[in-house]
Amino acid sequence: MSQQPNDGTPLLEVRALQARIDDKAILKGLDLTVMPGEVHAIMGPNGSGKSTFAGVLAGRDRAEVTGGSATLDGKDLLAMAPEERAVAGLFLGFQYPVEIPGVGNMYFLRTALNAQRRARGEEELDAVDFLGLAKEKMKLVEMDPAFMNRGVNEGFSGGEKKRNEVLQMAVLEPRLSILDEIDSGLDIDALRVVARGVEALRSPDRATLLVTHYQRLLEYIVPDKIHVMAGGRIVRTGGRELALELEKKGYAWVEP
Amino acid sequence: MTDANRELTEITEQKYKYGFVTDVAEDRIRKGLDEDIVRLISSKKNEPAFLLDFRLKAFRHWLTLEEPTWAKVRYNPIDYQEIVYYSAPKPRKKLASMDEVDPELREAFAKLGIPLEEQKRLSNVAVDAVFDSVSVATTFKKKLADMGVIFGSFSDAVREHPELVERYLGSVVPYTDNYFATLNSAVFSDGSFAYIPKGVRCPMELSTYFRINAADTGQFERTLIVADEGSHVSYLEGCTAPQRDQNQLHAAVVELVALDGAEIKYSTVQNWYPGDAEGRGGIFNFVTKRGKAMKRSKISWTQVETGSAITWKYPSCILQGDDSVGEFYSVALANHRQQADTGTKMIHIGKNTRSTIVSKGISAGHGQNTYRGQVKIMKGADGARNHSQCDSLLIGGHCGAHTFPYIEARNPTAQVEHEATTSKISEDQLFYCRQRGIKEEDAVSMIVNGFARQVLKELPMEFAVEAQKLLGMSLEGSVG
Repeated sequence: MSQQPNDGTPLLEVRALQARIDDKAILKGLDLTVMPGEVHAIMGPNGSGKSTFAGVLAGRDRAEVTGGSATLDGKDLLAMAPEERAVAGLFLGFQYPVEIPGVGNMYFLRTALNAQRRARGEEELDAVDFLGLAKEKMKLVEMDPAFMNRGVNEGFSGGEKKRNEVLQMAVLEPRLSILDEIDSGLDIDALRVVARGVEALRSPDRATLLVTHYQRLLEYIVPDKIHVMAGGRIVRTGGRELALELEKKGYAWVEP
Repeated sequence: MTDANRELTEITEQKYKYGFVTDVAEDRIRKGLDEDIVRLISSKKNEPAFLLDFRLKAFRHWLTLEEPTWAKVRYNPIDYQEIVYYSAPKPRKKLASMDEVDPELREAFAKLGIPLEEQKRLSNVAVDAVFDSVSVATTFKKKLADMGVIFGSFSDAVREHPELVERYLGSVVPYTDNYFATLNSAVFSDGSFAYIPKGVRCPMELSTYFRINAADTGQFERTLIVADEGSHVSYLEGCTAPQRDQNQLHAAVVELVALDGAEIKYSTVQNWYPGDAEGRGGIFNFVTKRGKAMKRSKISWTQVETGSAITWKYPSCILQGDDSVGEFYSVALANHRQQADTGTKMIHIGKNTRSTIVSKGISAGHGQNTYRGQVKIMKGADGARNHSQCDSLLIGGHCGAHTFPYIEARNPTAQVEHEATTSKISEDQLFYCRQRGIKEEDAVSMIVNGFARQVLKELPMEFAVEAQKLLGMSLEGSVG
């Protein structure tokens, strides 16, 4: 992609974002700026609105946006359909990836990649080129090629589903990856694989947003900034020391 | 004579030979049904006495029957006296180029990915004779004839092989079978006939594609396929291109006979006009399909049913011979106001007979989809086995899926298994696909094809690809 890094335009800029689910306000004026090349982590207790925030950025209509703005590369994210956000370079790694029975994992991924390429006016990859790309990325996430011919997440274990999310991210090469609780339910080996996937994508024109409850993931991926979310807002921002402090004192420390 | 010239000559002859020839001025008879009409149909077709007799017996029996009401379908009463039971196939108007074809149809062709030559054939556009499918058909016909395979229209078979027709007609679906099959037996117009001699493996898929006189036999079609001992045949019926017909009522009969050690694979893609979104118009499709399997033989039905306003259809197997095998793979889709009541019957008579049923029902819009199946294990069927799997997929909140499995086991050594699931395309699945950049409509199509995969993979390759696209097209506008 041709976007120049460090021209001062934030990759993601969120201003005073408000959203509700049914009649309950979940996001209450959230501000966040992510520059190209950065890895951010958003931490917070259950119910603080982390996952809702990730969903709102990706265009999930479970929550209704009631105020504020969110831009990707200066473009209004909130005005785009979910698939347009994907084409613009936003990727959401799901906390609970769904199963799509009978649709081959490989077929799904190629369809997704080519849909994005087509929408961007790029040439589609044929089966052979795609296979080469997928094989290379599978090595990165230590995934057994046998998984590629099974249905999307069909009968995968929790860890396999998460690896599959990272594989998709690695193949789609998004500008902004939002990983929602990617670490939940993972053993050490899987955590390391996830971390490697994120590190492999680290580049001056991309960014990653890790949403997590635990600081454990941050032992493997060192973020540039850590934000603490509580009550639908970012209440603290800092470096690695913030995660360790949270670990020690618990979230009660930051509750509003 | 060069090859091209020989082909041209053959085509000319073929057209003469198979083209409809009639010396009666009118090609339609008065509407309504009585014994005179049945006799008239038979005489117009110059049929032998046994066939007229078959028709008359069927007609007289039909008068004693009531139209069945057990299927889960609703429609306004059919007035059987308002129907014209015979009209000669009219030659369709030849078009000079694809530009003259209805744009809607052209769009459908493009979406289905049907090759240009085939598009032309389907829409009756003139093609260069050397590349004409007719010449392909001619070559194929010769190849088939060399191997002793008889394949052509039912009428031709009656003329050229009356002994085969007499022997097998009604041997699987007797004229007394059911209301619609009995009606068909009395008034059927034409259809297909195939005979595969002993031990011959038919070298190509047989399909109506290669039948020169395929024009308009839709209403009361009759198909008879006989696979002699140890032979093998794969037959394709229908096509993915949208088909319209001015006759609303269709009542076809298909009979398959697999003699000892033979194998018949019968694949259908049905895309008759389903009516508009409000349920106006559309074909009523009442079809009786059944095969009889003798010792060590196998009959496999695969169907993709996306068309018709009403589908009433139960391709079945009578597993008469020991060690015979029956299979039924079905995808039925009901969108808008379509109603489908379809399934199969597996009748286990012989020892160690085996059957497999895989049914995938897809309902969208206000569509109603019913699986109705019967597995019957007769007393003598020691060691019989059946496995049935019926899955339903719902799209939206106004459609319905219904399952009526009947199992009757009269032999204690039989093993019968039945699995059923009902699922919905979830918001989560759609969002997952869209988050990866796939448009909602494409996502629905992909999820549906995944759901139907187990059945689609049974279709011959070139059919399978089109059928996948067809499923997606049939669901257009069903979400959002």
